[in-house]
Amino acid sequence: MSSDTPSDFKLHRSPAEALIVENIHKKFDDTEVLRGVSLEAHEGDVLSIIGASGSGKSTFLRCINLLEQPDEGELRIGGEQIKFVVKRGKRIPADMKQVERLRSKLGMVFQSFNLWSHMNVLQNVMEVPVQVLGVSKAEAQERAEHYLNRVGLWEKRDAYPAYLSGGQQQRAGIARALAIQPRVMLFDEPTSALDPELVGEVLKVIQDLANEGRTMILVTHEMKFARDVSTQVIFLHEGRVEERGTPQQVFYEPESDRCRSFVSSIH
Amino acid sequence: MSDLFANLHYLSFSDGGWGWNLLRGLASTLQIALGAYALGMFIGLFGALGKLNGSTPTRWLLEIYTTLIRAVPELVLILLLYYAGTAAINHMLESMGFRPIDISGLVAGIAVLGIVQGAYATEVIRGAMLAVPLGQIEAAQAFGMSRWKILRRITIPAMLPFALPGLSNLWLIVTKDTALLAVVGFSELALVTRQAAGSTRSYLMFFLAAACLYLCITLISNQLFRYLEKRSRRGQPELV
Repeated sequence: MSSDTPSDFKLHRSPAEALIVENIHKKFDDTEVLRGVSLEAHEGDVLSIIGASGSGKSTFLRCINLLEQPDEGELRIGGEQIKFVVKRGKRIPADMKQVERLRSKLGMVFQSFNLWSHMNVLQNVMEVPVQVLGVSKAEAQERAEHYLNRVGLWEKRDAYPAYLSGGQQQRAGIARALAIQPRVMLFDEPTSALDPELVGEVLKVIQDLANEGRTMILVTHEMKFARDVSTQVIFLHEGRVEERGTPQQVFYEPESDRCRSFVSSIH
Repeated sequence: MSDLFANLHYLSFSDGGWGWNLLRGLASTLQIALGAYALGMFIGLFGALGKLNGSTPTRWLLEIYTTLIRAVPELVLILLLYYAGTAAINHMLESMGFRPIDISGLVAGIAVLGIVQGAYATEVIRGAMLAVPLGQIEAAQAFGMSRWKILRRITIPAMLPFALPGLSNLWLIVTKDTALLAVVGFSELALVTRQAAGSTRSYLMFFLAAACLYLCITLISNQLFRYLEKRSRRGQPELV
C-alpha cells in the first residue's frame, strides 16, 4: 500500500514529455513515404530510427521540425501542439511564429553539416542564440566557446567551415545545435557523409551527449552505435514502424522477419 | 596637337575656365549613377525574390518586366520613359484635379536608369541566389529563423560572392549610361563637356578630359569592388 502514497507516485512517474509525434503521413507526388509513424520521447530518452534507404527515416525526422510538411498527423514539442490549417488543399502550419519558436527548441544536426559558409565556427555557433533567442553577444560567445570546448573545437573557433575536415564540420554542427540549449536534439544521419576514419570522433561526441542524459532522436546507419547508445530503437520499413523496443528487443529478439534480417549485419 | 595644350587654360577653375562646370557635371553623373544603382539593387533584390518565390502572376509580371526592359535599347527607354512617363504622370494628376508638376531631370534620370538597372540586377541576383547551397537555408529554417532574418543573415551574404562580379559590371554600365540623359537635356558630365567643347572649339581636349574623369570613376570603383568581393569571399578557399 505504501507505494500508493503521493511521494512514491512521483518517484515512479516517467520523466516529462519532450516530444510526441502521432500518426505522421507524408506523400511526395504519388509516393507514400510515411504511412502513420508515431513516437514519444521523454526527457533523457535516446531514440534511434533505423531502416533501409528509402524507408522514410530522414523524411520522418524532417517532419518533426517541419522542414517537410506532414499531410496528416500531430506534433507536440515540450507540451505545445503545432497548429495546422488546410489552404488550397495543402496542409500547412497555421502560425509560422509558433513554428519558429518551437523549431528553436529542436537542435538539428544535418548529414551534410550545412554550416553557414560565410561565418567562422564561432559565428556559426553564436548565430541562433543571438539572432533567434535574443541572447546577448557576450553571453552567446561564452556559451559558444563552452560548447566548442565540449566538442573539442575551441582551437578552430576562428576557422571558416571550408577549411575544416568533415568530422570537424560535423562537430561544429553539433556545437551549433547544443548552443540553442534544445529540448530535443535531432540527428539526421550525422556520420553518413564522413570518411570512415572521421566517423569515430563524431560518434564519441554523440555518445557523451547521450551519457549526460540529453534527449535525442537519431537517424542512423551505424547499427552498433544505435544498439549501444539508445533507450529505444525504431525500425522503419516502407514508411511504417515495423519493430519498436529496447535495443535488446530490436536487435536480438525482433518479432518481424524483415527487422531480423536487417539487423543481422551486426551479429 | 599644339592647339590641345595651348588651350589648357580652358580647363582651369578660374574665370573663363570650365573646370567647375566639368566637376559639377561629374557630380551630377555620380548622383544619378548612385541613385539609379541603389534603386536598381532594390528592384533587383525583390525582383529576384519574386521570381524565385512569388506567386504565378508575380512571376509572369517580373518576366515581362525583365524581358521588355532588356530587349529595348537604353536610349529608346530613356526617351520613352522620360517623355511618356512625365506625360502620363501629369495626365493622371490633371484627371484627379491636381496641377501638373515639373518633374526634375535628376529624379526622372534616377527613375529611368534605376528601372533599367533593376531588370538586369533581378537576373544577376536571381542567379546568385540559386547558387547558395539549399542546406544553408534549411539549417536557418530548422533553427527557427524567420524569412526576413534568413534573407538578411544567410541568403544575402551567401549569394554576394556569386552576385558581385555581375553587380560591379552593372555599376560601371550605369556610370556611363548617365551620358544618355544628355538627350533629355540633363546636364551631366557628357552634356557639360559638349557645351564646353562647343563654346571653346577645343573638342579634343574637353572630350579627353571627360574620358579621364570617366576612367577615374572606373578605376576607383574597381578598387572598391575588389575589396567587397574579397570580403564577401571570406571563408572560401582560393584556387592556387
